[in-house]
Parts: sequence; structure tokens; C-alpha cells
Amino acid sequence: MTASHPYRDVAIAAVANSRQARRLEGSDSLSITLDAALSVLDTAGIDVADIDGVAGRHGTSLAYLLGIGPVWDPRLSGGVDAVLMVAAAVAAGAATAVLLADGEAGIYTDREAVAPWTRPGNEFVAPFGMFTAAEFALIARRHMERHGTTVDQMAHVAATIRNNGSVNPEAIYYGRGPFTPADIRSSRPIAEPFNLLDCATTSEGATALLITTADRAADLRCPPVYILGGGIDHFGPSYQHPPSWDLTGNTDVPNGYVGRRAARQAFATAGIGPEGVDGCEFYDPFSFELIRQFEAFGFCADGEGGEYVTSGVIEPSGRHPVTTDGGTMSFSHPGGLTQMLQRVVRGVEQIQGRASGVQLSDPEVVMCTCGGSGALFNDVVLLGKTRP
Amino acid sequence: MTRLDPQPPGIPLPRPSMWSQPFWDGCAVGELRYQRCRACGHALFNPGPICRHCRSRDLDWQLSQGKGTVYSWTVSWQPPSRGFAVPYAPVIVNVDEGYQMLSNVIDCDTADVVVGLDVEVDFRPVGEGVNLPYFRPRPPGPAG
Repeated sequence: MTASHPYRDVAIAAVANSRQARRLEGSDSLSITLDAALSVLDTAGIDVADIDGVAGRHGTSLAYLLGIGPVWDPRLSGGVDAVLMVAAAVAAGAATAVLLADGEAGIYTDREAVAPWTRPGNEFVAPFGMFTAAEFALIARRHMERHGTTVDQMAHVAATIRNNGSVNPEAIYYGRGPFTPADIRSSRPIAEPFNLLDCATTSEGATALLITTADRAADLRCPPVYILGGGIDHFGPSYQHPPSWDLTGNTDVPNGYVGRRAARQAFATAGIGPEGVDGCEFYDPFSFELIRQFEAFGFCADGEGGEYVTSGVIEPSGRHPVTTDGGTMSFSHPGGLTQMLQRVVRGVEQIQGRASGVQLSDPEVVMCTCGGSGALFNDVVLLGKTRP
Repeated sequence: MTRLDPQPPGIPLPRPSMWSQPFWDGCAVGELRYQRCRACGHALFNPGPICRHCRSRDLDWQLSQGKGTVYSWTVSWQPPSRGFAVPYAPVIVNVDEGYQMLSNVIDCDTADVVVGLDVEVDFRPVGEGVNLPYFRPRPPGPAG
């Protein structure tokens, strides 16, 4: 690559997770965000006084509580998209060392209902019982109808990701497994075609990233991880409109392949294609979503995702291993931004060689995503070991 | 094999916006209303302030015959919040007038719900004077 690469002078210097659990007694969202924030500073070996930017829903609170103001704060509420925007701001010189942190705890208390962040309040969906699993189910059904994708193929994805989590000591469901596709199929139905084990769990936890200049990162404790490219795809507001595969806008990409435009942009900036990706830290709210993303990003042809994920490529030993910490199914699925940042955190751990559980063999490039709401949005970032 | 019924009172009820009030007023009197763009002719749903096809703001309220087919479906066995009875079947309906809407299929068995199922609107009271536009299977009609 040339010096004109947009993220050439930016690096992710360190990442850290707080403890993750189904319920973190005695914690609230701010306290665990602080846990992760302090942990990432310690991991990086950077002095708190060198932080001149904060990001995330608790950014301003972090600035105040850590006594570091005035600092830059873009007041972001995204995941992969927030990483890309912070990186662009660092590249533009708006800040030189940004603490991006978020966490959530103490929010999901009414266990008679599904998690509050999965339930829409909109007049055209809430009365009909929509929640995240049903949203993604309506997307999956179209693919099954059109391409013959099977529940066994989806179950294979869920089993693979959950097995990654079962060997990860930091995962909430460490030791829970191994699972076969038949185990996934025999769990109770949630929203057809999804059974319980096809779905994300719900939990509490926080995560943090230190995004800084490439020069500063070179002086810190961990190997710098670079941003090779990225993209942000949204089709509309979450949980308001029917999650229709065939919804279109002003491009050739239908809603069912949201993320494709973002991936094209990311690959173009990076100067590579799917064949250059060594690890696929794909957001995994539901098993089908992995099949959808592999097609959307061009790892396989449209309609062939079901066969692709069962061809031996997504296991840790395969060419494109997925979601190596267990993802939202097994590692952790807190609300807020944490769930949307967690794939990036894991991608950084993989490239730095610091991954608990499944550590890939010296990955050069890892693709990380977030998304949601029946595939109404899907953001991607390509992380690399080598400075672009 | 489980029967799909309307929800009992107690589920979250719609809070209409200035754009959707005519739709819910229609439901209250047994009419399925939708918007159509006067400039380009596209049908529009959910109700809103602009045509997403041509950006015209000249929109007309029209009356749907309430017939369509199931475009996608799920059967949910998980109540999203207190008040929901399971199972229920969220569906996206291709309404004959040329738009999609989200609803639930009722008055049939869970095993009857398939893509392409011919359905018709069925307004059912769910409390506080609100009629929800559910859909139920209908005998296949002649083409067109």
C-alpha cells in the first residue's frame, strides 16, 4: 500500500474486556465500563494523562471520573462504525489517543421478558410480537425458501461457534459443550427456524479499545493492530419496518445483503479480497446471520452460504474460522455498544496473539463485523498485522 | 400442531404518530388504509411523510381490499414480554395493492403457515378500543 492509505497513521494499541457474566452483581454499566477502560490503559502501558479523546455512551463520564478533561468526545453510539470514525478522527489529527469503552449491566432485570434492547417499541411491529429473533427469522426464511438452506446448516454454524466458546476460559459458557448440530436442533424452539441454541445469549459486561497514532502505538506494550479498510451499511431504523430481504434502495444491494457495499469498500481500501482474510470475527446474533454474511461479503456465491459453512472452512482449523471466542452465543452478549465492539476486540486479540481459547496460527488479516435488526445494518472492518 | 389465535388484551398497543393516525382510524372501522404517491404511483407502507421512490410529498390515502400472500414467516414460541400468548406467527404480507406489511397470521394451525399462503385481513380487538389488522388464510382466488 501507499502512504495515501486513509488509516496508515492509526493503530489499535490495545483492547480489554471486563469480566463477563449472565449477571454481574454489584455492578452497573458505568462501573464495568470503568473496569474495561482502566484495564485497557494498563494493558497498553499508557499513562492516563496521555488520553486526549474518549468515545462511547459513557465517554463524558469517563473523562470526568478519570480527571482528564477537556478531551475530544464525538459522542458515538456505535460499534465497528465507532472504531472507524475514531480512526478517521485520529488520522485527521482530532485526537492522538482515544479511549473507546462501553459496558452494560443492571439493565436486563425483568426476566419474564426478552432483553429490553431486543424488543421494539414501534407501533407497526411491537403489537405483532416482534423481537430480534423473529426479525432475523423472517430474513432467514426467505433464504431457505429461495435457496434451500437448511436448519442443519444453521445448526452447524451455532455448534461451531459454541464449541469455540466452550474452550475459552473467558467465555460465559466455558466448558459448556462440545455441541453437535443435533444438540442445537434439539433445544427448544424460539422463533422458527431458530432454536434456543441458534440464538445469542444475554449477559453483562464491558469492553474497551485504545485507538491511537501508529507512532505512539509503536512505543506501547502490545503489537499495534492496523485498520486496513472498513465500511458502514444501514438500510433504515431498527425495529420499525418489516425486515424484508428484498427491500432495495439506490444500489444493487438488497436488504438481505446489507454489508455487501461496506465489504466492497473495505476490501477496496485494503487491496485484498475474501481470500486474503485469515479470521472471520463475524457478529453472530443468530446462526443464519453467518451464512448471510459470508454471501454478502463475497466469500461464496449468493445462495451457497449453507453449503459453504458446512464445507470445513469455518472451524478453527479451516481457511476462514469464525467467531473464535464463542461470540454472542457463548462468550458474552451485553447490550449497548459492547456487543457491537466485541468482534473487533477479538480480532485484535487474534492478531496480537493474545486470544484465550482458540488462538489462530499467526493471522495476518482478520475481518470483524457488527450488525443487527433483521439485517438492517452491517458494518465491517479489516484488521491487519502489517501497517498499510 | 398448534392453533394460532389473536393475542389477548395486555400486549403493547400502537401509539399512533401524526403520519399513522389515519391508518389506525381505518382499523377501528374495519378499513385497511395505505398511502399511495400521487406523483409516481407507488404504494407506501408504513405510513410516512414522503415517497421513498420519487421523494414526492404528495401522498394519498387509499383503501386496500385486504388480500395478499405471505412473503416470509416465523412461528414464535418465546413471549417477547408479559402479555403475549404463544405460539404466534409474525409474517410479512405482500398486500395485493403493492406493498408489504408486518402482521400475524391467525385462525389456522402453525403447520399451515408457508411462504405464498393466500391471506386476507382480519381485524381483531386487542383492548382499549384498538383493532389490530391480523391476517387469516383465505381460499385461493382467481389470478389477478
